[in-house]
Amino acid sequence: MTPVLEVDHLQVDFVTRRGTVHAVRDVSFTIGKGETLGLVGESGSGKSVTAQALLGMIELPGRIVGGDVRWKGASLVHDNAAATIERIRGREIAMVFQDPMTSLDPVFSIGSQMVEVLRRHRKQSRKAAWARAVDLLDMVGIANPAQRVKQYPFEMSGGMRQRVLIAMALACEPELLVADEPTTALDVTIQAQILDLLADLQQRLDVAVLLITHDLGVVAGVCDRVAVMYAGKIVEDAAAADLYATPAHPYSIGLLRSTPRVDVVLDRLVAIEGAPPDLRRPPAGCAYAARCDHAADRCRKEQPVLEALNGRDDRLVACFRAAELAAAAYPTADVVEDAVAAEVEA
Amino acid sequence: MTETAAPILGRPIPTQERVIEADGISVRFPVGRSGFWGRQVKWVHAVDDVSFTVHHGETLGLVGESGSGKTTVGRTVLRRLDPSAGRIMFRGQDVTATNGEELRRLRRRMQLVFQDPYASLNPRMSVLQLVAEPLVVHGKAKSASSAREEVVALLERCGLPEDTADRHPHAFSGGQRQRIGIARALALRPDFIVADEPVSALDVSVRAQIVNLLQDLQRELGIAYLFIAHDLSVVRHISHRIAILYAGKLVELADSDVVYDTPLHPYTEALLSSVPIPDPPLQRARQRIVLQGEIPNPLDPPPGCRFQTRCPLVQDVCRHQTPPFEEKAPGHWAACWVR
Repeated sequence: MTPVLEVDHLQVDFVTRRGTVHAVRDVSFTIGKGETLGLVGESGSGKSVTAQALLGMIELPGRIVGGDVRWKGASLVHDNAAATIERIRGREIAMVFQDPMTSLDPVFSIGSQMVEVLRRHRKQSRKAAWARAVDLLDMVGIANPAQRVKQYPFEMSGGMRQRVLIAMALACEPELLVADEPTTALDVTIQAQILDLLADLQQRLDVAVLLITHDLGVVAGVCDRVAVMYAGKIVEDAAAADLYATPAHPYSIGLLRSTPRVDVVLDRLVAIEGAPPDLRRPPAGCAYAARCDHAADRCRKEQPVLEALNGRDDRLVACFRAAELAAAAYPTADVVEDAVAAEVEA
Repeated sequence: MTETAAPILGRPIPTQERVIEADGISVRFPVGRSGFWGRQVKWVHAVDDVSFTVHHGETLGLVGESGSGKTTVGRTVLRRLDPSAGRIMFRGQDVTATNGEELRRLRRRMQLVFQDPYASLNPRMSVLQLVAEPLVVHGKAKSASSAREEVVALLERCGLPEDTADRHPHAFSGGQRQRIGIARALALRPDFIVADEPVSALDVSVRAQIVNLLQDLQRELGIAYLFIAHDLSVVRHISHRIAILYAGKLVELADSDVVYDTPLHPYTEALLSSVPIPDPPLQRARQRIVLQGEIPNPLDPPPGCRFQTRCPLVQDVCRHQTPPFEEKAPGHWAACWVR
């Protein structure tokens, strides 16, 4: 699959009076046509900044200081990036943000805001755009779209506004939808509605999705592939089924273990002790080494790079000990057989 | 039960001693006026006829979506709000009928842990002052500095180093601030703590640390918790029993495992099936009930069962008559005509 989006060794710094924060430190990933990638991380891991960097939306004092973002081969960082971004933003790449309460303008009706978007990107008469707005609201599952389109944001609930924002993002049939914590501000039953809607639209419209979230559960039902971020770096990038069944990076393992589940009762949660490092002074070695149970000397001195685990191109891990740990935690069938045989002999 | 006999793992074992009994509490707030000369006040019935008990050493999880009234219940139990009807007993004493010095004395034994560790600690006070404040206010210490020893012990109990005491809240991360908030709540050795979304603002890895801390404290000190949350995974983990609130009314209350394994109320079922499970094959294969519509407006709740507008099992009777909250099986309460 040829990727439509390539993020290539991206680095973003925020220069503040209290020092330079290295928010995104050498992040690379790709998204193929129609693919869904979940970017998971805790607050401060750099996931939202990465998303903002895609469309040149990083605000001062933040700045892209290295690497590149390419959309179908065209750079969105170098060589006249502003014009390129202007051409594709909203048309080919669209965004949905976390807070449906502040992303809409309170003084204009839903319809007029949607018409503005439609007419900005497509030469359409006002009337045609209005009709299309009604269709879009219908598509995202809003009942009585013809009445709703005349309403103002304050007349709608959070879930309804998020639907409106998704409708606006999809107005120009983009090829990539970037959704930054789209359900974080919503209640669980409404979250389930929005996630179902996203999964359904993704299938119907064959749009690629970059879903940014802190919630491993949210990603599980929606994404083909998951990248886990920690302290400004991707530590693991794998197919969703692999990541959840056999997480390879100690941080991914810790994150899954410390997440309580509704379907399983645990005796005690396994917390990850400590806190993420200060990104003004990132550690010399692996950023997770200070909290890692398996950290060796090398981990504290050198930075591990994201590389294929056991030669599998679809399983990338940034950990010196990943292969060793994986072999111990998930032994292959013949290793198990050998061990059993040895035990029987003994 | 001796300390050593308590299990190290799992939820701490509660006793049958009742710490809190809430009996039919209702809370309403006036909103705007209508009618001729605006004489008629409109009321929002935020909480309507809610009853539950919390035992010594027990965690009762109180679950509901935003606007369901869960925070209002928590505040009313602590008498930070007055109920318009109903009664709250704290260890046999009527909290609703107590005032003045008597109420002050009661309040020492009931504390609150807040959701937002960034907003709930005064940035101008040192951690020593913050944690000692309840001691000083209630006359247990002359000044913050004279309580230093006790404060340091509390901080250490909550997993914070000794030098924490002389620093200010800004120097700490969210998880550490929440530990400070818990130390402050523990200062007066309460029997009962209302924890209002204590881990919702924290990151996953830190959330587990705080949940473990709360459980350890309960095991050690026998504190009863009313644990208010919207995250059902955390609630299942920490609670002995769970109460589910919908639009100001309790719809179900039972042992935690019973609620999750054999829920009776259709809202509980839908709520549980909405929680995403971090396991892709399982999550994709799950039979999920995705509710249509939203929580009804509390100003104008629907007649009959408040869930009738979204209920997949709705019958005629649900549209006209409010279902009673009754014991359907031993210890398993629910309000539903159909089940």
